[in-house]
Amino acid sequence: MKQTDLLVFNSKGIYCPRAKVYLDPWRPVNHAIITHGHSDHARSGHKNYLTHHSNIPILKHRLGDISVQGVAWNEHFQINGVTFSLHPAGHIIGSSQVRVEYKGEVWVFTGDYKDEDDGVAVPYESVRCNTMITECTFGIPAFKWKPQQEVFQEINQWWKENKEERKTSVLFGYSLGKAQRILKYLDPSIGTIFTHGAIENMTEVLRPQLELPPTQLITKETKTKEIQGGIVIAPPSAHGSPWIRKLVPYETGTCSGWMAFRGARRRRATDKGFVISDHCDWPGLLKSIKASEAERVICTHGYTDIFSKYLRELGYDASVENTDYEGEKEEATTSTEKETV
Amino acid sequence: MKKFAALIEELDATTKTNRKVAALAEYFRQASESDKIWTIAILSHRRPPRPVNTTLLREYAAELAEIPLWLFEDSYHIVGDLAESIALVIPNDQMKSDQSLSEILEELILLKAKSEPEKKEYVQQMWMQLDYYARFVFTKLLNGGFRIGISQKLMTKALSQVTEVPEDELAYRLMGEWSPASTSFEELIFGRNEQAYVSKPYPFYLAYALENELEELGDVSEWAFEHKWDGIRGQMISRQGELFIWTRGDELVSDKYPELVELVNFIPEGTVIDGEILPFIDGEIGTFNDLQTRIGRKTVSKSILKKVPIVFRAYDLLELQGKDIRQASYQQRREKLEPLIEEISHPALQISKRLSFNSWEEVAVERELAREKRSEGLMMKRNDSAYRVGRKKGDWWKWKIDPLTIDAVLTYAMRGHGRRTNLFTDYTFGLWETNEVGKPGLVTFAKAYSGLTDKEFAQVDAIIKKTTLERFGPVRSVEPTLVFELAFEGIAFSNRHKSGVAVRFPRILRWRRDKAIADANTLDDLKALIPK
Repeated sequence: MKQTDLLVFNSKGIYCPRAKVYLDPWRPVNHAIITHGHSDHARSGHKNYLTHHSNIPILKHRLGDISVQGVAWNEHFQINGVTFSLHPAGHIIGSSQVRVEYKGEVWVFTGDYKDEDDGVAVPYESVRCNTMITECTFGIPAFKWKPQQEVFQEINQWWKENKEERKTSVLFGYSLGKAQRILKYLDPSIGTIFTHGAIENMTEVLRPQLELPPTQLITKETKTKEIQGGIVIAPPSAHGSPWIRKLVPYETGTCSGWMAFRGARRRRATDKGFVISDHCDWPGLLKSIKASEAERVICTHGYTDIFSKYLRELGYDASVENTDYEGEKEEATTSTEKETV
Repeated sequence: MKKFAALIEELDATTKTNRKVAALAEYFRQASESDKIWTIAILSHRRPPRPVNTTLLREYAAELAEIPLWLFEDSYHIVGDLAESIALVIPNDQMKSDQSLSEILEELILLKAKSEPEKKEYVQQMWMQLDYYARFVFTKLLNGGFRIGISQKLMTKALSQVTEVPEDELAYRLMGEWSPASTSFEELIFGRNEQAYVSKPYPFYLAYALENELEELGDVSEWAFEHKWDGIRGQMISRQGELFIWTRGDELVSDKYPELVELVNFIPEGTVIDGEILPFIDGEIGTFNDLQTRIGRKTVSKSILKKVPIVFRAYDLLELQGKDIRQASYQQRREKLEPLIEEISHPALQISKRLSFNSWEEVAVERELAREKRSEGLMMKRNDSAYRVGRKKGDWWKWKIDPLTIDAVLTYAMRGHGRRTNLFTDYTFGLWETNEVGKPGLVTFAKAYSGLTDKEFAQVDAIIKKTTLERFGPVRSVEPTLVFELAFEGIAFSNRHKSGVAVRFPRILRWRRDKAIADANTLDDLKALIPK
């Protein structure tokens, strides 16, 4: 089949000229289809948002009173003759891939995704297409995730050991997605689960949709003694902030795919790194692309040059497009960069 | 191997000294005799020689991971550590091997002589039998040094807890030439192997920088003074017809200084002298840079011997007539050293002059002459001080001149321009600072891009490429491993700098290969240089 430009990349985002709709645009537009609630994909300032039903509370929480329309998974809808539908991406709650079809040609934009079923997000669903627009945050063969049960066992064990030493366990993870995934698998029989405000707020928004253990927000009134031996879920930005001083004595743990690197662990000055990511690992990316049966692959963010080069060796028509998506950030990177005089 | 890998993982996971010591002690309590001796050897940088070169390791790894070599190389550039890259790309996470550390190391020793196909088969099957962390540790053993922040001091402390042998005694026993293949744990820790003792140096006594006002040191007549010569601290050992030169870094360097080895015919047997290896050109002490032209060489040519002759300037006498005299007072030791040097009367063996003063003012005046005399300042030693082990406060102090230098750690590197294109020559440096929860971190304080020779730049560039953590366009963050002495002309508090300090004309004075990153200065050291 002759390949068309059903979707193009311009300065505002991924654009469907025929439907006049943007996917996860990074500049304000009239019509935006949003894959999920992370801030590099769901930005403010668009006139009309369209997303999966379960994302609506997240978007409203983050972006305020926006005009947003919800659709269900696999629900086909037409815009100017182009057929769209959303399919689970397994990245975080509500995260979707966008399928775009016109005259028998199918494009899929994955947004962020992972093929592992984490028990929180609706599992990733492989969608057949001609062209796949994929992320490749962890697109080098150094990344292979362990099954999450193993990692959560490590986390609970770590919490137990810290508790025995009368220390508080502080676990860093994104407030949307990672935090709820952690919460889901913490063992509340070990102790109390505390939260930082950013985590608590987002979790409150999501509780109607998820079954999560109870959490206790740390406020000014919370006494250090009360927290001791418990586990605290905090956003990565809380690391090294004055807020954390209240938790002394504590041990820190960071949940991120980057923790696969020894250097990243040490640079982050974290006591313990737990390798757990909401993105595909290397085998996951390759498997998903193969299953889509796409002939053409466009890589948007991550190790795009290396990954697309390898895909070309495998026989795909693979290329790179620059976007403003960030994937899983290495927070330490941005902060140390600023330190350079 | 499982236990050793677990130990390394634990040591690597914490920056807390107490925890490291506890983990080591626990390991030493449980490990077999042969694993213990090998662990001590590895942690004191006595690895078996590399059996397989890194080019082959990369090929083996790429093949086993079923990826093209370029993809392995690109991944390695991102991961930044070869052993770690290999451990990550090999598709096995089950521990199937129950071989001990010593069994594996003995196999590695034999591996060196084997054919290439045999090497490949062995290495690949080992990789597939080890889980991720054990594979990382195994590959480190195969390939390179272990930099995991375990100092000799820390290991000695842990061993002392387990064996109840005092730390100072252990420090001595672990020094010098011994091989885990031929020395048992019992022999090393409790026994006396005459063969090994012939070349064994004593642990060096090191001074801290002066912290207090001079007057607080008490009566000036209780103190003796020497200039602090700017070369390589060394120990000269004459025993049983042989002469050995050791550096402070526990490195045997006799071969590099043939003019000193000649002294074997002049120094009585059973003599150990502490001193400084110095370049001595036309009757004057040369610069450290002169000395550096000798340090890096494997073979010493006639022309370099002529161009940069070396002398040994004696500070102290540790052994006389085969007797350890370290517990005698400094004064007593010097009273034996000085006539000995005079008697030997050889141009390559000089005495570091012992000075005494009538007042602290005179001491300060002498210090001002240091630059003129080509020294780094003054050493202050109590007349009644014993020769102690390691860095200790109280009896010895160093009082350096030119406070406007600092030892900093290279943290970022940027590619240079023009002639330096494609070489990492522009560096950012950090100093240690303890954060609010008591953890040391490196704070950026200066950039510098001059002061090294082209050859040194090339060497540093190679290390930067090997230790890169991350790339931000042309800038790379590197694993902190390199220490440089930076010099600068002025210093002031500054709000515009993250460190809170601005320095004027920073440049690299020299590459301190003899220092580990933990030896670099702190931000507080830097701030202490700011005039009040």
